[in-house]
Formats: sequence, structure tokens, C-alpha cells
Amino acid sequence: MTDPNTVQLTEDGRLKHFLTTEGLSRELLTEILDTADSFISTQERAVKTVPLLRGKTVVNLFFENSTRTRSTFELAAKRLSADILNLDIARSATSKGETLMDTLWNLEAMYSDMFVVRHSDSGAAHFIAEQVTPNVAIINAGDGRHAHPTQAMLDMLTIRRHKGDIEGKIVAIVGDILHSRVARSQIHALRTLGAAEVRVIGPGTLLPSDIESMGAVPYYDMKAGLADCDVVIMLRLQKERMQNALLPSEGEFFKLYGLTEEKLAFAKPDAIVMHPGPINRGVEIESAVADGNQSVILNQVSYGIAVRMAVMAMAMSGQQTPVNSEEPA
Amino acid sequence: MNLPDIEHITQDLAEQVSELISERQLDNPLLVGIRTGGVWVAERLNDTLKCADDVATLDISFYRDDFTRHGLHPKVQGSELPDSIEDRHIILIDDVIMSGRTIRAAMNELFDYGRPASITLICLLDIGRRELPIQPDLCGATLALNDGQLVKLTGPRPLVLTLA
Repeated sequence: MTDPNTVQLTEDGRLKHFLTTEGLSRELLTEILDTADSFISTQERAVKTVPLLRGKTVVNLFFENSTRTRSTFELAAKRLSADILNLDIARSATSKGETLMDTLWNLEAMYSDMFVVRHSDSGAAHFIAEQVTPNVAIINAGDGRHAHPTQAMLDMLTIRRHKGDIEGKIVAIVGDILHSRVARSQIHALRTLGAAEVRVIGPGTLLPSDIESMGAVPYYDMKAGLADCDVVIMLRLQKERMQNALLPSEGEFFKLYGLTEEKLAFAKPDAIVMHPGPINRGVEIESAVADGNQSVILNQVSYGIAVRMAVMAMAMSGQQTPVNSEEPA
Repeated sequence: MNLPDIEHITQDLAEQVSELISERQLDNPLLVGIRTGGVWVAERLNDTLKCADDVATLDISFYRDDFTRHGLHPKVQGSELPDSIEDRHIILIDDVIMSGRTIRAAMNELFDYGRPASITLICLLDIGRRELPIQPDLCGATLALNDGQLVKLTGPRPLVLTLA
């Protein structure tokens, strides 16, 4: 497969698709966060829409189930004034035997401007980005175990807004790292944005063997792993991905790695607790922590809309050929 | 071409705005500067006007009508307006008016924050070439530039005008 950055960036280094956080520059990631910050201010107004993508058609192309991600993409598109079409592919033409490319060509024939793609195959969004006609932007909303870049960026925005900066922070990601596209995208973004240390905590069977080459430090014990952490990111135990016996039981997992108030006390007293959702209460996180005052889980959802607005606006903008840089007054 | 003394016309403009506010009885006006130059000019005018509220800022990047041609401005800083502009008298301030498209975008954005009682437009410089029927209520100076010439304001203190 070609280098994702030759696919997702324009010749002058602007975003035209958003496929992965891997290999993107610190400047570009910061630009995404800055743009999202300005969209947060528009979300707090009585009128939440801005006219940026008026007349554009965005298609939510979800080959895998999702409620939160799909609905925040839908809201983001609507708040940019785009028209949005939700396609539940799992229950539509593909299940009648239409191939992926036939589905795409049909949607292109409807003059779509952007596809938001979730697929269970790693690399699906990348493949589609290489196949679509020019001027159609692809946003990866999660592909297999590979990447979930908008989730990672909304997590970066959450850390930046609650801890001031990502630079110098110690961040622990806890749970099923092996099956987590979120963790992969987070690790790349955290390393690029200057986190002092990225730790992954979990049982050996749920940590990928190449984790250290990604720049993360593995821990098998919560006490050691959470010590001095500024940010604790809990991952959902992905029951639907766990076909093999990688864990003795959910109860055992909660005992060792479930985030309780006692375990959270190992981290810094002002550490924030994050979770991409949906949370399994009593499996990876106890209610007292999920609903406690260190939890920023619901803030993450709000920031998710702003980050998705930013990425959609930037990618749509990257699809345009700049006329000239001078701005008429 | 001789460019006007910006410091001097800014001071004159402040006095004219002050008179206009009393003449039109604009009670408790809110100064709104358009990023970036308009904010500098608004701050400078407020040295004289001393309005009750701080100068508000408007970033029109999300409202430009040329987004599909120019793309998103790389440094969007966002707008900073009070919680409500409902029924307020807005003094909208920009550094240079040309096509009028920036002002149209600014007014569209203002209305997404609420329904102001009135909007008065103040521009430091008018360089003509209008493409929309929008005229400032007051402007500091009018410049006739050659084809292709533009002016650029740098600031905030001092304000300096150069040809671009």
C-alpha cells in the first residue's frame, strides 16, 4: 500500500483526506486542534451552524455499527451546513451482493463531496481514498485495528483543554491495546505532540508485540503504570473482537485493570480520566470513577463534534485548488 | 504614491466616531473589530471612546464566500463576542474596505450571535473596487490605488501602512 501521507496530503502539505495520525507533522496536528478550538466557540452559540460547507454533500458510509461516532459526524456535517446522507451499509446493497466499488461509484454519481468511512478491514479508508474521483474527500471513522484518527484528535483536544498542553505530560492507555485502533492513533498523535511518556497498561495477551517500536512503554501492573500519570485513558474491552481466550474472565480483568478510585489514586491527584465510549461499567471502569470529578468522558463527546468539524472543513478545503493567497477585503 | 499618516487619521477617525455615536444616540455601543487589522483599529479607537465593554473580535473565516475557491484560512482564531449581542448597537470596524465581501460575511456571522439593534460600519481606509452594495458610515481616508496594488496594515502599535 502506498504511504498514507502521499494519499492524505496535498503537494503543499495540506490535508485533503484524513486517514491516519501516523506521520502527520506536529504543525498539522496543532492546526487541527486550533481549528477545532474555534469551532467549540461556535458550538456554544444559540445558532450553532456556520455556512462553511453549504451545498456540499457528505455521506456517512458505515460498514460497521456505530452510534456515537456516526451521530457526531452527522452533527458536525450539519453544523457546517452540509447535506448529510447516512448509509447503513450493513443492511443495504452490499448485503445484496453489490461490491464496495459499485457502491462508491453509485454514490459518486450522486455528486457526493465527502465520504466518512468506517470499515472492519484495516486500510479500507485508504483504499477508498485511492479509488475515488478527485475532489471527493475521505475521512476515516475507524478501519479494523488500524486507525481511528478523529477519535485520537478529540482525545488530544481534551487533554489540551484540560491540562493546558500535551507537551511533557505522562499519559497511560489502559486495557485492550491489541485490538484498539484508537490506541494506535492516540500513540502516534501523543508522540508527535510531545507527550513526555506514553504508557500502555494491560495483560501481555492484549498488548501488541511491536508496541515499543511505536514509542509506547508497556506495563503489566496498574500501580506501576499509573504512577505520576497526568492522563488515564481507559479503553473499552471489545467483547465482539475477543474470539479467542485472551482473558480468563471479565471479573478477573476488572480486578487487575479495571479503574477504581483506589487505582486512580496511584496517578497524579489532578489526573484526568478519559474513555472513548461506550463504557462498560464494572468491566473496565467503575461508576464512581466514570461519574467522578476527574472524569472528562462527556467533554470528550462535545469536543468530538468540534474536531470532526475541523477535519471535515480542512479536508474539503484541501480538495480545492487555491486560486491565490490574497484575501479580498 | 504618498500614503497617509495612519496615526493621524486614526485619531481623527476616533473623534468622528465619538460624534456619530452621540448624534445617533447609540447607547452603550459595542465595538467589534474584524480580525486582524480591524481589531487593532478598534482597540485604538477605544483609547478615545472608552466604551464600557472590551473590544469584541470577529473571525469571519467560517463565513467567507470564497471558501470553495481559497480554502480555509490556515490560522482561524475564532470570534470573541459577549454572551449576547441582542439589541446592542454594534460598531463594526475593519482596517480596509474593498469588495465589501468581508463585511457581508461579518454581518452574517453577527446575526448568528443574535439580533443587534443596529450596525454602524467604520473603516480606516476605503480603496474602492466595491463588488457589493456596502458602504462604510465613516472612513478615515480614501485611497485611489493603481490596478493590482493593495495596501497592508501592520500593528498593533504603531499602525503602519505599506503598499503590497
